[in-house]
Amino acid sequence: MTPILSVKNLTAGYGGASVIENIGLDFAKNEIAVIIGPNGAGKSTLLKTIFALTETSNGSVEFNGQDITGLQTSLLVPLGISAVPQSHNVFPTLTVEENLDIGTYAAPPVNMMAARDKVLTLFPDLADKMNQPAGELSGGQRQMVAMGRALMSDPSLLLLDEPTAGLSPVYLEKIFDLLIDIQKSGVTIIMVEQNAKQALRIADQGHVLVNGQLFKSNAGNALLADDEVRRLFLGGVAA
Amino acid sequence: MSDVVFFINLYLIPGLTIGAIYALGAVGISMIFGILRFAHFAHGDLMTIGGYGVLTAVWFIPLHPLLLLPVGIALAICAALAVDRFFYQPLRQLPTIYTVISSFGVALIFRSLAQLFWSSGNQVFIPGVRPPLVLFDTFRISTLHAQVIILTVLIALALHLFLSRSQMGRSMRAVSDEPELAAIAGLDTAKVVRWTWIIGASLAATAGVFAGMDTSMHPNLGWNLLLPMFAAAILGGIGKPMGAIVGGLIIGLAEELVTYPWIGTEPFISPSYKSAIAFLFMVGLLIFRPQGLFKGRLL
Repeated sequence: MTPILSVKNLTAGYGGASVIENIGLDFAKNEIAVIIGPNGAGKSTLLKTIFALTETSNGSVEFNGQDITGLQTSLLVPLGISAVPQSHNVFPTLTVEENLDIGTYAAPPVNMMAARDKVLTLFPDLADKMNQPAGELSGGQRQMVAMGRALMSDPSLLLLDEPTAGLSPVYLEKIFDLLIDIQKSGVTIIMVEQNAKQALRIADQGHVLVNGQLFKSNAGNALLADDEVRRLFLGGVAA
Repeated sequence: MSDVVFFINLYLIPGLTIGAIYALGAVGISMIFGILRFAHFAHGDLMTIGGYGVLTAVWFIPLHPLLLLPVGIALAICAALAVDRFFYQPLRQLPTIYTVISSFGVALIFRSLAQLFWSSGNQVFIPGVRPPLVLFDTFRISTLHAQVIILTVLIALALHLFLSRSQMGRSMRAVSDEPELAAIAGLDTAKVVRWTWIIGASLAATAGVFAGMDTSMHPNLGWNLLLPMFAAAILGGIGKPMGAIVGGLIIGLAEELVTYPWIGTEPFISPSYKSAIAFLFMVGLLIFRPQGLFKGRLL
């Protein structure tokens, strides 16, 4: 089956310096793929490069067979790719409703009400906060707004940069459960995650980056059971 | 004339009028800072260009200047989009100080062009003395002042609806909040920038015509109003257009009201010092509340 996203020999970074080197990865349709690795491994840079927010010096990114390398960030949403950055992921002075609606502006024509209903079904906690500025919400609620905004455009691919960063354990579990629901609705998810063990449990595929290079790829469960991965990246304990 | 009527006729209404002019100019300054992240020092001169556009139209078309406002607005929009394309856009990736200095250069160019095309002297829109409006046989309000206040209220209302209800208005607020997230969300930031100039220049031209009609047109008209307009933008909170309107009205009213004889019969502060009020506001705000009244961006 044609992968939804292919990264081929990708080298990219900032200000002329490479952070990731020669990375090649295929992501299958409707899977949850998790990218893990130590700090500074280039996980977020890989995600940002897919979203054209870094300088690509070599390689290519293909979405459904179409070369999107370096395509202007704002042109990716109409293609069906949405992203949620780790921080600064909501418009703080805009209300929750406005944040969500903005997700539809660049998308192919979508029924705003239907899209909003779909998002509120996933995130019912937001229903009574629609008129509140997003900047006044808690970290977990903001993450829901950010993911809701990204889903409003009815994407086929969702990129998430550390969706559980800084969240309480309650929200952490909630977000992982939601990711499974989002996947079930037909969305492919690629995410970078620090909570590696929990993320790999729900992942179809896991990819380990070390020093900007691909160290290992395997099914999520297989990586959890992998002695080397456990020892180096999962605190050395059995999952 | 009772004290209250004296206060309203000679201080409150003129204060609201000059405040409305500051407000309209400050909206553009605030929006440009919020979205393009630089202090636009040529904004006052954009007002001048708009004012002269209408003045020229009045020479050829025998209509009231306010009816010819679209001519001045069109001229100011063209000027703003042209300087953005040729002076500011090439500097966008550099530290903003380059664009700020460039805007000083653009201000000089605008002023010099105004002197070249319209001379350096004072020119009036409508010669002669205009009778005031007399309300309830008591209040004597300049017709222009009434027009300025009413039009500014309508513009503020329209701006509020535009920013809160329209797709472009919300996109502008989003870019002002988080420019990178706006791009990630797929918003067309180039279009947002164009609309920022269109709205900023339109309101600047309107303010320029109001100011020119209240006194007279001269090449330094807008430049002289720049300081209070910046004070108004900071007072309202940078990147908060509706805050800038409130800021403008407060600065305008403060400038007029400090000259009222609050104690005795002499002005509380001599009118020749009233322009220092805006300066005091700005210095005080930058020290004690740099985010302004409505929690805008820090300078």
